[in-house]
Amino acid sequence: MKAMVYRGPYKVRVEEKDIPSIEHPNDAIVRVTRAAICGSDLHLYHGMMPDTRVGMTFGHEFVGVVHEVGSSVERLKPGDRVMVPFNIFCGSCWFCARGLYSNCHNVNPNATAVGGIYGYSHTCGGYDGGQAEFVRVPFADVGPAPIPDWMDEEDAVLCTDALATGYFGAQLGDIAEGDTVVVFGAGPVGLFAAKSAWLMGAGRVIVVDQLDYRLEKARQFAQAETVNFTEHDDIVVAMKQTTDYLGADVVIDAVGAEADGSFLQHVSAAKLKLQGGSPVALNWAIDSVRKGGTVSVIGAYGPLFSAVKFGDAMNKGLTLRMNQCPVKRQWPRLFEHIRDGYLKPSDIVTHRIPLEHIAEGYHMFSAKLDGCIKTLVVPGT
Amino acid sequence: MTPIPKSDGDVSRHAAYLPGEPNRRVDREALRARIPGWGADVDPADRPSVPRLRYDPSASGAHWEFPERQPERWPRERSIEHAGLPPVFGTSTPPRGLSGVLRRHAYARYSEGRAAHWLLLIAADRIDAWESHLASFATLRPDNPITETGVLAEFDRHGLSSRIGQRRADRSHLWLDPIVVAGPWLLAGAGAVAAARALRRRRAR
Repeated sequence: MKAMVYRGPYKVRVEEKDIPSIEHPNDAIVRVTRAAICGSDLHLYHGMMPDTRVGMTFGHEFVGVVHEVGSSVERLKPGDRVMVPFNIFCGSCWFCARGLYSNCHNVNPNATAVGGIYGYSHTCGGYDGGQAEFVRVPFADVGPAPIPDWMDEEDAVLCTDALATGYFGAQLGDIAEGDTVVVFGAGPVGLFAAKSAWLMGAGRVIVVDQLDYRLEKARQFAQAETVNFTEHDDIVVAMKQTTDYLGADVVIDAVGAEADGSFLQHVSAAKLKLQGGSPVALNWAIDSVRKGGTVSVIGAYGPLFSAVKFGDAMNKGLTLRMNQCPVKRQWPRLFEHIRDGYLKPSDIVTHRIPLEHIAEGYHMFSAKLDGCIKTLVVPGT
Repeated sequence: MTPIPKSDGDVSRHAAYLPGEPNRRVDREALRARIPGWGADVDPADRPSVPRLRYDPSASGAHWEFPERQPERWPRERSIEHAGLPPVFGTSTPPRGLSGVLRRHAYARYSEGRAAHWLLLIAADRIDAWESHLASFATLRPDNPITETGVLAEFDRHGLSSRIGQRRADRSHLWLDPIVVAGPWLLAGAGAVAAARALRRRRAR
């Protein structure tokens, strides 16, 4: 089969690999029909995530058709169209039994601090991902679910991470009716977080980014107010000014490890790998939220330390909430919103590329070329 | 873009310095008219995972208390914060070469709480890349930094117009990218040329 393969920082290519085989009785092998490149894939691509090995196939957002199932699989059969959450989880450990599917303890030997994620380094379990023609899906009775007949395949692939994570970010904010919500980052997850904030009753939603084309999308897609931080000497002061010096009730960090806006922070983290991530957006979030407010972190950071302004968070009495999204727990409510027409996830897709063009796809997304917001990968075309 | 108001310097005119209302009022009908679905999840009970940490092991679909164990086909490196090897794990790219030695040492010696664990793994990643690049030159498909970086997308994905006239924050460090990506290749190339010259000089003697 053809698969995207990591060749070192900033380098990927397509190679021939063996079709994955059943390695556990509850495995399934899925033929991928749509995959996506996620903003967090860029952390791997840029060599920021420890234990990212040459030869690994990335891709944690994908849907497809069941090709083969293991001997203990009861709920899926070959031919089923399935959507697969980016989390790999057993469904039965202490954490899964309490709904913390993204924190499963039975699927990642390499680390206890993070669960299993498809195609996301050995730090997240060493599983190959779905930017390929086929992928191994562990715990087929627990993770994947049939795509509802009424759901478009491109909407489904966005439910496997970006939409679920964006909604989760708003949910972590514990938004109350009338709250002012600031979202740092107008990428796919930030756009979905902004849209979800309205569903939870926000009175005002402000999206902050540096790219005008993405802010335009935030106005159209998420009906949000927008601020380009490059137009302000100090974005924290601007956030105070626009909230009558109170600060926002809830701030969502939808940027993560490669946040820009501070040369020192960005270069030390993204280029020199001396931090687990560049905490520019997180520090802006801490300083822009009101005292007693909530900061929700859904941007991904590496496991190494980062220079976070924890003193400000403590002195302001903030609630900091964060996690990898437990995707499948979000689905029933999200499916209702999609069916009711409140959410149309595929509206954010800007590019569709064949798997063979994956190297250009990564560069385009990384360098923010051609108005790129979300790129889907279509294997076999 | 949202206009940002400036202060007139009188703090008594601003919300942060006054008690405000106990509950902010919003124009629900106007918001619903403008934003489809506004307030659909305003009741926290409608949001997933409410209440938090609800104990319900049957909700996941798991039909086991502890999963069957996946065969361990090679000694699988694991965090020493685990009690043993978890039952299911990825089998992509087993450790190999010098980078593999470093990875195994990082896992065997240091917990996730130690910076040495992560710094060794990052060092192993860089070594792995160079081991793989060198190994690729002994194959029919050597690494090609032009095609593998996807840099040709600069030409057909509007590299110039995506940057010119834009106030992008990455312009301050854009000059670093060629150094980070191409620098090691140029250094390695220069080293190879120097080694070849030195060898030729030695033979000429």
